[in-house]
Amino acid sequence: MSDTEDVAVPVEDWPKTRVRTDIVYCGVCSMPVEYCEFSGTTATCKKWLRKEHPTEFARIWPEDDLEKKMDDVTLQDDEVPDKELTKEQKKAEAKAERERKKKAAQKVIIRRVERTKRKCVIEVSGLENFGVDLKKAAKLFATKFACGSSVTKNPQGLDEIVVQGDMQDAIYELILKTWKEVPEDQMELTEAKKK
Amino acid sequence: MFKKFTPKEDVSGKSKVKSSVQRGIRAAILEQYPSLNPYIEELMPKKEPLILVKCHDRINIVMVGERLLFFNHHDGPYYPLLDILHTYPDIMPTVQVDRGAIKFVLSGANIMCPGLTSAGARMDVDLPVDSPVAILAEGKEHALAVGKMVMSTSDIKRVNKGVGVDLMHFLNDGLWKTKSEV
Ligand SMILES: [Zn+2]
Repeated sequence: MSDTEDVAVPVEDWPKTRVRTDIVYCGVCSMPVEYCEFSGTTATCKKWLRKEHPTEFARIWPEDDLEKKMDDVTLQDDEVPDKELTKEQKKAEAKAERERKKKAAQKVIIRRVERTKRKCVIEVSGLENFGVDLKKAAKLFATKFACGSSVTKNPQGLDEIVVQGDMQDAIYELILKTWKEVPEDQMELTEAKKK
Repeated sequence: MFKKFTPKEDVSGKSKVKSSVQRGIRAAILEQYPSLNPYIEELMPKKEPLILVKCHDRINIVMVGERLLFFNHHDGPYYPLLDILHTYPDIMPTVQVDRGAIKFVLSGANIMCPGLTSAGARMDVDLPVDSPVAILAEGKEHALAVGKMVMSTSDIKRVNKGVGVDLMHFLNDGLWKTKSEV
């Protein structure tokens, strides 16, 4: 068993290569995690990375990581009990708290509805709860995805946006990116068959 | 080339090759990628059978121990699977596309010259037509594709229009998704 048959190039002339064994591949989109921003499932990719590889998350998404740390800090500040609150302040706080709770219960639902085997539309409801102008949103979807998008009344009489085309994930990403006031954990992706 | 690749539809056969053929393939890969010399025994142990996975359009994929390693087309040069290239990033010459080109490459488009000559792009090597090349991207560490030069690098700079690199294999194409489950 000699190795000579491999040596087409003499040992001293072998070029060198680095050997990387530290690459993190995304558990969601399977690419090296630096490409998750192009995966079309970025939000889910990020969730996975934050949970599985927090240091890698901080490296790839430094702003988000900073944001999170700041959130943590404010949270701690809030927990320090404030002893000298006036009656009005208490009242105002209680009101704000009620509104916060109400807001927290509201949801943006992005529903994928199959019209036929190959055709489907995406219905987006609830955006108005977060102060989003539905007409403007529909227009944005239409231009971003080059497809039909309009505001219609659903059977419950509420306005919702209907997008012609199979782009549930892309809409999810775009909403997160465009309207920071819509929290990710209040968004819901669902599916339904119709007709 | 592997944009719509699925093992079920595109693999026409798998065969264990004779040891003389196995030696030939190993030698050809080392000749093309000499910096793999110290690692080749790990990647393609002599004692482990080498399987050739034959696919449509005379594509052959080299598989050892259930792992896909390299492929070639019409008996041409070998290209590494992207995860091999990620592990051994300096085995082949690289060019860099600008950030704007990334999404097109990831959807399987060939690489246009302007994506290789703009401010965010890099071509620091001189490569002739038909050379295999690794595709890096502006601001990224790891290759997102391997391709074949359609024009030489000097022509790409000079002409600066049309397709500069044929895309052979990219992140999330059928081959990437298949990797070890042919
Ligand atoms: Zn990902």
